Amino acid sequence: MVPVSVVFTGESVPLDDQEKLPFTVVHEREIPLKYKMKIKCRFQKAYRKTLVYEEEALSMGSIQEAEAMLAESQEQAEGSLTVYVISEHSSLLPQDMMSYIGPKRTAVVRGIMHREAFNIIGHRVIQAVQAMSLTEDVLAAALADHLPEDKWSSDKRRPLKSSLGYEITFSLLNPDPKSHDVHWDIQGAVRRYVQPFLNALSVTGNFSVDSQILYYAVLGVNPRFDPASSSYYLAAHSLPHVINPVESRLGSSAASLYPVLNFLLYVPELAHSPLYIQDKDGAPVATNAFHSPRWGGIMVYNVDPKAYNASELPVRVEVDMVRVMEVFLAQLRLLFGIAQPQVPPKCLFSRPKGEGLMTWELDRLLWARSVENLATATTTLTSLAQLLGKISNIVIKDDVASEVYRAVAAVQKAAEELASGHLASAFAASQEAVTSSERAFFDPSLLHLLYFPDDQKFAIYIPLFLPMAVPILLSLVKIFLESRKSWKKPEKTD
Amino acid sequence: MAAAVRLAALVLLLRGPGGWGRAEPPRDSLREELVITPLPSGDVAATFQFRTRWDSELQREEVSHYRLFPKALGQLISKYSLRELHLSLTQGFWRTRYWGPPFLQAPSGAELWVWFQDTVTDVDTSWKELSNVLSGIFCASLNFIDSTNTVTPTASFKPLGLANDTDHHFLRYAVLPREVVCTENLTPWKKLLPCSSKAGLSMLLKAERLFHTSYHSQAVHIRPICRNARCTSISWELRQTLSVVFDAFVTGQGKKDWSLFRMFSRTLTEPCPLASESRVYVDITSYSQDNETLEMNPPPLSTYQDVILGTQRTYAVYDLFDTAVINSSRNLNLQLKWRRPPENGYIHYQPAQDRLQPHLLEMLIQLPASSVTKVSIQFERALLKWTEYTPDPNHGFYVSPSVLSALVPSMVAAKPVDWEESPLFSSLFPVSDSSSYFLRLYTEPLLVNLPTPDFSMPYNVICLTCTVVAVCYGSFYNLLTRTFHIEEPRTGGLAKRLANLIRRARGVPPL
Repeated sequence: MVPVSVVFTGESVPLDDQEKLPFTVVHEREIPLKYKMKIKCRFQKAYRKTLVYEEEALSMGSIQEAEAMLAESQEQAEGSLTVYVISEHSSLLPQDMMSYIGPKRTAVVRGIMHREAFNIIGHRVIQAVQAMSLTEDVLAAALADHLPEDKWSSDKRRPLKSSLGYEITFSLLNPDPKSHDVHWDIQGAVRRYVQPFLNALSVTGNFSVDSQILYYAVLGVNPRFDPASSSYYLAAHSLPHVINPVESRLGSSAASLYPVLNFLLYVPELAHSPLYIQDKDGAPVATNAFHSPRWGGIMVYNVDPKAYNASELPVRVEVDMVRVMEVFLAQLRLLFGIAQPQVPPKCLFSRPKGEGLMTWELDRLLWARSVENLATATTTLTSLAQLLGKISNIVIKDDVASEVYRAVAAVQKAAEELASGHLASAFAASQEAVTSSERAFFDPSLLHLLYFPDDQKFAIYIPLFLPMAVPILLSLVKIFLESRKSWKKPEKTD
Repeated sequence: MAAAVRLAALVLLLRGPGGWGRAEPPRDSLREELVITPLPSGDVAATFQFRTRWDSELQREEVSHYRLFPKALGQLISKYSLRELHLSLTQGFWRTRYWGPPFLQAPSGAELWVWFQDTVTDVDTSWKELSNVLSGIFCASLNFIDSTNTVTPTASFKPLGLANDTDHHFLRYAVLPREVVCTENLTPWKKLLPCSSKAGLSMLLKAERLFHTSYHSQAVHIRPICRNARCTSISWELRQTLSVVFDAFVTGQGKKDWSLFRMFSRTLTEPCPLASESRVYVDITSYSQDNETLEMNPPPLSTYQDVILGTQRTYAVYDLFDTAVINSSRNLNLQLKWRRPPENGYIHYQPAQDRLQPHLLEMLIQLPASSVTKVSIQFERALLKWTEYTPDPNHGFYVSPSVLSALVPSMVAAKPVDWEESPLFSSLFPVSDSSSYFLRLYTEPLLVNLPTPDFSMPYNVICLTCTVVAVCYGSFYNLLTRTFHIEEPRTGGLAKRLANLIRRARGVPPL
């Protein structure tokens, strides 16, 4: 459920409509997924009039100033949105733009003086809100692991699996240290560009960043020479083979168990400079970089040919961290699944702030993650139940049982919170659900008595007890027969 | 996979000063070194050392940018708050009697000892996690280290680096003698080197030659050291060492010649560009007196003298950064040649074949004066089949005596032998040279007591089998062929029967 407040300024709608404020309208939408599964998405719009300071803010000259004034006065909960409806002829937006989506969970929509004002405005509001909130593709991407396989596009599989934290590693690959003496100010770049972005994302998990320089690390593919541009190129179909030989040198993290995202910066050897990456049509890619879903990205940094003329080898190369970090941050956004939303027509899209992440984009990520966590937790618990049904030998200890109860309670809580629109607590509950369910399912004590089936029990105990039991049984039978005979005899004679 | 990311719509507003920042000056340095020591027994020992010094603060929590220092080990230091780490994996044993004292010896198998910082609260948990992580990094089964093979020595393993005070509760030591060292341990060890077996001395590290040795030991040592003489600040030092001993018989076919190519099947072409020093030292102490019989090719440009392990030693130095050393043929292959081959050169050895022929070893040696020469040979006796044993197997097995045939120089010149005139005892052996006489001596035969099998076992097996067969078959036969007939019940007890017997004997009718 997404709570939306729609705020009307003075001249945005006809007066008689304004009398009807405030009221609430609920708009429900069912998003069909595969195989008869559906997700109900509810937008609860609370219509109200503006307050005084909002009226002031919205009569400012430019949209940025208005935003600045609005932002400092209110702090919104995660998952909720505010839409301001301004008058038709307001100069806040450029003339031909009907709506504007801002970086901090606010949007501005033009009003209309019409009899059916509320309906039309309601429609526009829904359009703007859907761009900022849940849509079909977000949910489909989140549930990509749990839905059956589809020959649709593989774009849907791009986001990373939800996890409690991530490790990001930046590696500089220098296959030719005799020719290139490469230096990069990675510490400063991480502090200036990457850390703010990760701080904005810190709700979704713990992040840690490190970097390394690897020498004599070559890509797995030999680049081809293109005589037309006298440069070397890597064709698009050979890109999947590039990563494998490098991966063995990258090393996995010794410090933590979180999944690792690798970002490699490759400075090609002197013999293969300059090196360009070609896309499917054969044109060199503008940023000279590509990324692999759920793994990371690679960027090729070509040394400026003018640097070779003056000095002898090795040539000192200072890496332009601004260019490199732009590419890496954009790849990081794509890897997390923060994709371009569907912008309604005639809408002005604002630029993201300094961190590179708009607040409602974070909300979309949290929605997707919560849904994915819920699906994972449910699947895990169901598999555990099915397993117990099939193999009755498994012993469930008390702490495993308590983890299962906790997981179930967390799943229920998360579903409730999602329905009532409290995104932050829903996300926390869904994370707890996943952790508890995984801990219960992968507990090593489940396997202790697993391989002790019934026929083995028979095979062990029968050779011991059967020879001892047979004479005892026979003598018991004999005693019984004799005693029965002795009972019958007095009866007979009687 | 998207090939490109269009950034037009998502241009990031980048805070901070524009332009590229200056990179910080490198804070780590690498030195590599190889020491080749010809050993008194004719074998050759080679010791590689790769040392990375990292000038960074001790106990820093968020150090996360690595250049030459490997990221895997750096993360270990910060996560487990290590002060010192020493890990060695060894195959073989350093025979001090034949080879002399070693630079750094390690026990056979795996050895791990670690000093933790005093900020660590639960040392045992950290120790367990650390050994598990190390076993993943080095592909060795160090995860078998637990409380049953860990000790806390109080006096022997003091820290090798800087230490303020040493509370031995932060030290843990474990040895796994069963650990086998092979190529899959060498590969991750080589991956930690910055130049990683592509340039410099690490090019010589080929697994198939390095494991064809009598002794192979690879180790990783991490410790804090002083950055300068006054010790105002502290750096981390990582030393990776590899010691191997090549068997002379394997490398040079009995001659004492050796070369880098024969030992490692590679030559040196270039130093590692990331290293600040790359040198090869050859121990020429024992050869500097006999210069005319020995030749080093290429000749050393400088020598280094020092007192090592208590004795004065001289080393020939080859600096790979010096362009004169790697000559126009772009490679360096150190060769040691004997100009006049020594007289003790003939060895004839014929190994045994089971049940066909015995070992035969013939050696032609020149014994130096006033000395003692010991010749020893190890052999194994194969297990015999039980029919091949003699009737008295507990007596033992004999090894035939050795024969020594010698030409002994005589003090007095002998006159030539006249077969008919001289007495019989002086004409036993022909005299070819009047200055020496021929002598043939024999050693005692060797009686070896070997384990004998239990010869009563076949008898035991036959008895048991026959019993079982008899019982089972007998029972079956009885059950199948027994006929039953009715019999009068016999009344009366034992006394009555006895009385009837006596009556029958007397001729009186029974009771």
